[in-house]
Amino acid sequence: MLRYVAFRILSTIPVMGVVALFVFVLLRLAPGDPAAVIAGDYATAEDVIRIREQLGLSDPLFIQFMRWLGDLLQGDLGTSIFSNKPVTLLISQRLEPTLLLTLTTIIFSVAVAVPLGTIAAYRAGSFIDRLVMLFSVGGFSIPVFVLGYMLIFTFSMSFDLLPVQGYRSPFSEGVLPFLRHIILPTATLGVIFIALISRMTRASVMEVLEEDYIRTARAKGQSEMRILVGHALRNAAVPIVTVIGIGIALLIGGVVVTESVYNIPGLGRLVLDAVLARDYPIIQGLMLFFSFVYIFINLIIDLCYTFLDPRIRY
Amino acid sequence: MTGAEGNQGQPGIAGLLISHRGVFWGGLVLIAIILLAVFGPLITADPVAINPMNRLKPPGIEGLFGTDMLGRDVFSRVLNGARVSLTVGTAVALISVLVGLTLGLIAGYVRALDAVIMRVMDGLMSIPAILLAIAMISLAGATLTTVVVAIVIPEIPRVVRLVRSVVLTVREEPYVEAAIASGTRTLQIMVRHILPNTIAPLIVQATYICGSAMLLEAILGFLGAGIPPEIPSWGNIMSEGRTFFQLTPWIIFFPGLALALTVLAVNFVGDGLRDTLDPRIARTM
Amino acid sequence: MTAVLEIRGLTVSLPEDGDREFAIEDVSLSVEPGEIVCVVGESGSGKSVTAFTVMGLLDPRALTPVAGSVRLEGEDLLTLPDKRLRALRGERMSMIFQEPMTALNPVVRVGAQIAEMLEIHTRLSPTERRARVLAALADVQLPEPERLADCYPHQLSGGQRQRIMIAMALALEPALLIADEPTTALDVTTQARILQLIKDLQSSRGMGVLFITHDFGVVAEIADRVVVMQDGRVVEQGTVAEVLHAPSHPYTRLLIDAVPSMTPPERAEATGEEALSTAGLDKRFGTAGLFGGGRVVQAAKDISLTLRRGETLGIVGESGSGKSTVARCIMRLVDPTSGEILINGTDIAGMKQGSLRNLRHQIQIVFQDPYRSLNPRRTVGKSIVEGPMNFGVAEDEAWRRARELIEIVGLSADTLDRFPHQFSGGQRQRICIARALAMEPVILIADEAVSALDVSVQAQVLRLLDDVRRKFSLAMLFITHDLRVAAQICDRIMVMQHGKLVEQGPTAAVYANPSEQYTRDLLAAAPGQSRLPD
Repeated sequence: MLRYVAFRILSTIPVMGVVALFVFVLLRLAPGDPAAVIAGDYATAEDVIRIREQLGLSDPLFIQFMRWLGDLLQGDLGTSIFSNKPVTLLISQRLEPTLLLTLTTIIFSVAVAVPLGTIAAYRAGSFIDRLVMLFSVGGFSIPVFVLGYMLIFTFSMSFDLLPVQGYRSPFSEGVLPFLRHIILPTATLGVIFIALISRMTRASVMEVLEEDYIRTARAKGQSEMRILVGHALRNAAVPIVTVIGIGIALLIGGVVVTESVYNIPGLGRLVLDAVLARDYPIIQGLMLFFSFVYIFINLIIDLCYTFLDPRIRY
Repeated sequence: MTGAEGNQGQPGIAGLLISHRGVFWGGLVLIAIILLAVFGPLITADPVAINPMNRLKPPGIEGLFGTDMLGRDVFSRVLNGARVSLTVGTAVALISVLVGLTLGLIAGYVRALDAVIMRVMDGLMSIPAILLAIAMISLAGATLTTVVVAIVIPEIPRVVRLVRSVVLTVREEPYVEAAIASGTRTLQIMVRHILPNTIAPLIVQATYICGSAMLLEAILGFLGAGIPPEIPSWGNIMSEGRTFFQLTPWIIFFPGLALALTVLAVNFVGDGLRDTLDPRIARTM
Repeated sequence: MTAVLEIRGLTVSLPEDGDREFAIEDVSLSVEPGEIVCVVGESGSGKSVTAFTVMGLLDPRALTPVAGSVRLEGEDLLTLPDKRLRALRGERMSMIFQEPMTALNPVVRVGAQIAEMLEIHTRLSPTERRARVLAALADVQLPEPERLADCYPHQLSGGQRQRIMIAMALALEPALLIADEPTTALDVTTQARILQLIKDLQSSRGMGVLFITHDFGVVAEIADRVVVMQDGRVVEQGTVAEVLHAPSHPYTRLLIDAVPSMTPPERAEATGEEALSTAGLDKRFGTAGLFGGGRVVQAAKDISLTLRRGETLGIVGESGSGKSTVARCIMRLVDPTSGEILINGTDIAGMKQGSLRNLRHQIQIVFQDPYRSLNPRRTVGKSIVEGPMNFGVAEDEAWRRARELIEIVGLSADTLDRFPHQFSGGQRQRICIARALAMEPVILIADEAVSALDVSVQAQVLRLLDDVRRKFSLAMLFITHDLRVAAQICDRIMVMQHGKLVEQGPTAAVYANPSEQYTRDLLAAAPGQSRLPD
């Protein structure tokens, strides 16, 4: 077991390496000279050369990569070109809203999607199943921001029930304001996640319901409700948890858009501001940060399989 | 033993598809949208003609979807935007399927390259698609080509994984072993026995990719990192509508509706194709 | 005394698109207390549908009982409300299934799965339940009940898993046990022990058993009375002695006659030239592993054999004995770890795939699963001509030969233009034989080639294999787990266990005088030897 954990942790290294290399190459090989971009439209040729030297951009690519990698291993994601602050500091300042939004979304989505998917699977082909599937296809089809504006239009502008935009911290500004502000973003971001999870839950519960041991449970005289929860869902857990992990990537993408729609000062907004300002170290740092979070979460999920399914032994 | 087991490659698939409700309605809507995209812009107003006298007009007789902050006709802009979305969706689906198919076949059949290709794909998958696309576009400059490339790259790993898993399953089938045993060359085994098994799931996957590519294109446009504003696209129309959203929500709603409807239609067709072409995958997706 | 189970005029309808109107029609049978009734029939006979109807486990979307009655201790199950039916399941009637691996929930400890039965139907406390579970495990003769109760299904052997299923089914001492092919997925020695266990428990508890099987050997071993089913109808029923020794219905006679005899016929020693030999063939699976945690399985160890043209060599053994590994090594579908494989004097054990391809036509194989052995997207003809055309046979010539062969294997020429799904399992196996013969091989390997077939079809395919062996003077390597089949078709047999060769010799000699204990156990375990007419 311990050996497997070690192996699994080590095996994320090549993947992280690929990510790091990809992000580095992407930002270095892109057309256009970052130094010229940073220097701005009115810079002289000398300014550009000076900035290039400053950034170490005139060294061979391999040297640049190793230097950058060395910094990375020490937890240094670089320094913002404009604010001159370390990227890690900027990330930590903006982390709270994004983290809380993602958490509320995951909790909300799982709480809604798993029961929906299970009922749909149990009543496959029925009206309720088709409704859930229709909702799921709809969730995959509607753009996050259109949904966001529709919700704002309905709940904030037409009925004035909830605040239009903004974010309140539960720690410094109180839990209630936080909740009032987070409801719409959570619903917005949650729709696609619910679509994803309910679809997977439906598919895997349907598959499990075909299994022989479900028939055994019926032969024992077990009630349908307990068969669904005690036998079917328990066996469907691995694919469901897996899709939640893979869905994290979708969620991170959605966060960028949702924060933009609702004006939430989180990491998503940090990315967009950096893109507008062409602040490469921040873009680079955030891509790495998000990718590593994704890899880390999926590592944890992977290690959890052994608790969900005793056949998976390390 | 009747045809109930599935008539692969037999007539009847077309009939089955049309009788599928999702495919029928989705296909109908999709054809209507394609026709509108192709012929609509020929008869409507100039989508980039600025008319300062006629700004932010609500939907009415003059302009079906109203006008934007520069007085441009939103209906005409939405029709023109359909061209962009459909082009991006189709191009991304085709390119990512072709590239993914090639890489997936190699990974599934050449042991030595499998690990390398799959680790690179794992890496690509772990970078959120939107971030990757935004970064690439902001670096390379926003053109139709860069947008397509930026959306293709994060889609490739999904195709590679799909193709590879089909290859790995099918190559264990006794009929493939029988072909090996009768001296069939590896390349012929791929073409005759393995490739046909990837087609059905790939067609299904391609429709899903088409839908999600259109969404991603619009999101990029909305975030200001997509097709440049000179060419109207659903994304950048909505992006420009943000400022006056509280005043004129229709500038966002109409293109948003068009987009959602198109993607919904594509996804319905995809679900129908999956149910009809590939009942085995239908149960797991 | 009322019957435990009384089925009268039961008819179950199939959905409209099925190939017949009813799954079972007008079925009547009864099970008295203390009696084992075997329902026997081939696939599609409706024997399992009958069993599932009793339990109320039919899929209501596909199958619905439309006429008749099913009385359990007098109560008509077909008219009971769901709640009452659930209370009876497990309590008064319970069921064990064919595949104990899939019938047990893989993520729940087996003890808890037995306890669930008690949880549903009794108000026992957790400690009382635990005690009952351990007692139930002891009743089915499982060693170390304490330890086994905390295992998951995958940690147990097939036989242990079926014992767990039996313990679970009998935990509440039901009046009726329904057993649906409970030993079909098990090895023959395990089967013998499970059959004995069911018999013992049945007589000590006096319950009625409805036993579903396709195997007349098992019927002979265990039944008090027999019900023979064909195409959804009961064609004959009576006591085991009546049915086995004086069958009245031609179908019953056909089924009984199709069971191969355990007595090998006299066979002349083969004198053809040597076609295949192996020496010291070894196959290990798995590697040492990056962190030293890898496991190595010795699938075949030091296997040496010789095979002449016109001769059939059988390799028999239970699952995991390595018999199929040997076949796959000889085919070079897997690479042997070491040793020699000589085909007509050429060693192919370490040969590169490129040069190996030129020798492939000499050695062909027929696999076990007829449903996966043919590419579903290609016509039968295309599958047959593929091989010869790889070796440069002209298209016309290849098709001409395909037409000839398809008739030799007993199918009509229009078969070639059709797709595999249009054929039954037995027909597909014939097609696979034709495909192998099209290569004009010297050696034909049959890897459990008749194991997936119904017994009446099995007999025909066996006869076909024997015919083509003679006609083309093939050297045939026949892999099987079935000692009855091996007795009838093999000139010589090799017995394998745990990857090693246990014993070999002329079939008649080995069956008459096995020299090793394992061979004796294996031969003794074949069911129905005492009561089945030879």
